[in-house]
Amino acid sequence: MRFSDTTRLLTSKVEPLGDMTRLLRRAHLDYPLLGGLLLICGFGLFVLYSAVSENMDLWLQQCVRLAAAIAALFIAAQFPPDVMRRWTPWAYLLGLALLGLVLLLGDVGQGAQRWLDLGIRFQPSEIMKLAVPMMAAWYLHDRPFPPGLGHILFVAVIILVPTALIAVQPDLGTALLIAAAGILVIILAGMSIRLILLLFLMSIPGALVMWNFVMQDYQKQRVLTLLDPDSDPLGAGYNIIQSKIAIGSGGLFGKGWTNGSQAQLEFLPERDTDFIFAVMAEELGLLGVLSLLGLYIFVVGRGLFIAIQARDSYTRLVAGSISLTFFVYVFVNTAMVTGLVPVVGIPLPLVSFGGTSMVTLMAGFGILMSIHTHRKLLPH
Amino acid sequence: MDLLSPIKDHHSEKRLFISRVILSVVVGMVLLGTVVARLVQLQVVEHEVFAEKSAGNRVRIEALAPNRGLIFDRRGRVLAQNLPAYQLELIPEQVPDLTDTLRRLAGLGLIDKEDIPRITDLSNEGLRFKPVTLRFNLSEDEIANFAIQRPRFPGVDLQPRLVRHYPNGLDVAHVIGYVGALSSSDMERLDRTEYAGTSHTGKTGVEYQNESLLHGGAGYQQVVTNARGRQVPADPSDLAQSTLQRVAPRPGTNLHLSLDLDLQIVATQSLAGRRGSVVAIDPNNGEVLALVSTPSFDPNVFALGMTRSDFNELQYNLDRPLFNRAVRGTYPPGSTIKPMLSLAALEVGATNLTRKTYCPGYYSLPGSTHRYRDWKPQGHGEMDLHDAIEQSCDVYFYEISRQIGIDRMHFYLDQFGLGQLTGIDMVGEKAGLLPSRAWKRGAFREPADQTWFPGETVIASIGQGYMTATPLQLANATATLAARGARFVPRLVAATEDPISGERTIRSPRRLSDVQIDNEFYWDSIIAAMNGVMQGEAGTARAVGRGAPYSMAGKSGTAQVFTVAQDETYDEEEVEERLRDHALFIAFAPLEEPQIAVAVVVENGSSGSRVAAPIARAVMDRYLGHATDAL
Repeated sequence: MRFSDTTRLLTSKVEPLGDMTRLLRRAHLDYPLLGGLLLICGFGLFVLYSAVSENMDLWLQQCVRLAAAIAALFIAAQFPPDVMRRWTPWAYLLGLALLGLVLLLGDVGQGAQRWLDLGIRFQPSEIMKLAVPMMAAWYLHDRPFPPGLGHILFVAVIILVPTALIAVQPDLGTALLIAAAGILVIILAGMSIRLILLLFLMSIPGALVMWNFVMQDYQKQRVLTLLDPDSDPLGAGYNIIQSKIAIGSGGLFGKGWTNGSQAQLEFLPERDTDFIFAVMAEELGLLGVLSLLGLYIFVVGRGLFIAIQARDSYTRLVAGSISLTFFVYVFVNTAMVTGLVPVVGIPLPLVSFGGTSMVTLMAGFGILMSIHTHRKLLPH
Repeated sequence: MDLLSPIKDHHSEKRLFISRVILSVVVGMVLLGTVVARLVQLQVVEHEVFAEKSAGNRVRIEALAPNRGLIFDRRGRVLAQNLPAYQLELIPEQVPDLTDTLRRLAGLGLIDKEDIPRITDLSNEGLRFKPVTLRFNLSEDEIANFAIQRPRFPGVDLQPRLVRHYPNGLDVAHVIGYVGALSSSDMERLDRTEYAGTSHTGKTGVEYQNESLLHGGAGYQQVVTNARGRQVPADPSDLAQSTLQRVAPRPGTNLHLSLDLDLQIVATQSLAGRRGSVVAIDPNNGEVLALVSTPSFDPNVFALGMTRSDFNELQYNLDRPLFNRAVRGTYPPGSTIKPMLSLAALEVGATNLTRKTYCPGYYSLPGSTHRYRDWKPQGHGEMDLHDAIEQSCDVYFYEISRQIGIDRMHFYLDQFGLGQLTGIDMVGEKAGLLPSRAWKRGAFREPADQTWFPGETVIASIGQGYMTATPLQLANATATLAARGARFVPRLVAATEDPISGERTIRSPRRLSDVQIDNEFYWDSIIAAMNGVMQGEAGTARAVGRGAPYSMAGKSGTAQVFTVAQDETYDEEEVEERLRDHALFIAFAPLEEPQIAVAVVVENGSSGSRVAAPIARAVMDRYLGHATDAL
């Protein structure tokens, strides 16, 4: 309740700024959430400046991307949830069609076929990060809760088709994230706990099948490397060894901004992208890292609060899934960098260098804001 | 069951949702708690250990490239080896200004300007402390020149390395292939870990096909670096305590090919710079004895790193020296298919050994006035099957082709391996084309084009029309003829050898199902007729077979060249030469126990028996030990 009080403070009690407040109110933004996001982005830019070795060009590039992402958030927030709901199936089908196109004629970038060049190059899998949970929510929202087995199976198909198309690109990291976003919708919709546990148990033989028939050698290597980094000191094991040294040597307070020897002497690979968390841990220490995690918790918490406040089941499910998926990002990246889970190539959200996923993430938060602010304008 | 209670209860729904959110928060907190616990473990509990490791993180891992496996011919002569040479390297993280450095190196003539984008790409994507090779094999002058300038180029240095060398490069280029500098697209295909220290990879031929065997596995060693990452001599005490690890690379496997270098040389010399190909196979096991395509190129140039302009010169040469005619050139087989077709005709009863036909020099289908011409305008006169093969009478085959029919023709020629990949252990072979009714239905879009016409069967009987085959396929089919229907998959690698233990693993021949013609008498008769071609009274290649101390069988072929490509510039002499017929010849020897089967194609050579046959004879002479000239 504290957050919405703040909003009310911002929007109604300050009379002399009448025009300004009306404008702020019409912008359909949720200021606590926006504040949390901007703090994370600011923190990210601060760390990134050190991670790219003070290379202003790269740093400014990231600033431009951030501006684009904020614009995406602002635009997404303007669409009322009803409109989004009506568009959902079309967005989903468009995404499917584009994924099909990628398989047929996509550009090959870094060994994987993910990009589609339609004037501007983009990855259709980005659309799916939002379209899959929205589609799952769209399908479930006007059916009885908790959903029956038949409906769950139908939603499973909705989730699995794009996931499979993305997994064969091959982009296992994104495929897992999209599957997670969809599955979270089903769980939030109230699928029975017993069924969840049953599926979890069934996933163990499933994992064996994946290992033997689906996973590529390099993916298996990553799992094996996690168990014994020293077995592959030239490849993936090197990343984990150096990452752990960077994090551990940072200690409680860190070696100081731009002073991490692991990061600055380039022992740490991919330090501006997937492994930026290690740079932060080395230079800013446990305290710095915990502050960032605190900001992430605030954003996820605010998102879940918006979900609970949502006025119908569609918006509830969408808001809940977007918030929790964001958490999955944070968890997978930090767990990967600290050597808890295999290296799957998921960036630290809003901090890692790179633009495509940042725009999608911010658009997702724009949707959350739209859900929250349009609810308030409803006449009772 | 849900469908029976369609009324939605919004309050219970919301309660359910909230309970699930709470569940998620609990699970999330446990997960995040694990990460935080891990951070505390690394940053607080084990902080001292990692701080020490970080401070002493002067030890860097350097990959060690394995020695590439050697390639030998069937008599143990070296076809590919590794020789020491100096190369110019750059370590990206030590170069202050990459663009400027490369520009100045180009200014000194040490690198090619056109290579700068490629080098820039490689420098920007690998590990920053991993050296990028700028130039392989510097000459002594260049070494001296750079040595003086070295202080002006921080991060650039000379390194001794092993460079691939092909002692008889020009003679074996198309079959052995070559190695070239690793490109970014190669790195997507190959295991980054195993290739961490490797600079070259097989690009074509045996080198490409057997990359995983030849390459071996990377080793590594730990090296001590100073704070800026430059390698410094190791502290002797470190070495004494063996804190510096070294794991030796696993050298690549040596390959023993079935190839005979002498035959490669003889075939190359006999082709004498013409566009053409020679393939020789041992009919007893499918071992490829020679595989030559001319004009050739020097594979050493690729291994040493060639400039883009040199490459373009090879790439766009009108004679296409990089084109492997032996496995990728598809030619109308011409009359060389007549022995196989005769066997099919005998087997299906389309003719017999005594039937005679009068050859007036042309043939017309019943009810048609169109004349299919014999190569001999005045005609061959009375012909039986033996004569028809020996003198290559087209009319005889025109006539029996109608009784065989295109689909039975396809059935038998297919068994000799035409129209399909031979399965040789080498990349890039083409399948050629063996037409049939079914093929034509699938190959054309317009219904009118999908019908098989009787006239097409007629010209197929002399290996013209749609039918095409590679020299390798022709040699393979000839080997099957020589072995009286026994078929093997042609192969180049006869054995692999562990470079450390010297232990050899012999690869056994792969035998396929026999040709379905069991009557030995048919085989005897057709082989006798092929013997007549080379050693008979009226044989088309009797001039070539004359005086041989062993018995041999052969068949000539001439393939029409229909068109000149539109984009070729008109040069009267040139075009005329390129419009001449292709000359083909197949042969095997000795008759009693065949040891070698050969196919020769000479592009625009005009006459199979005059131009291609002598080359086949030279190759067989050499292999059977009757060569008159010393190499």
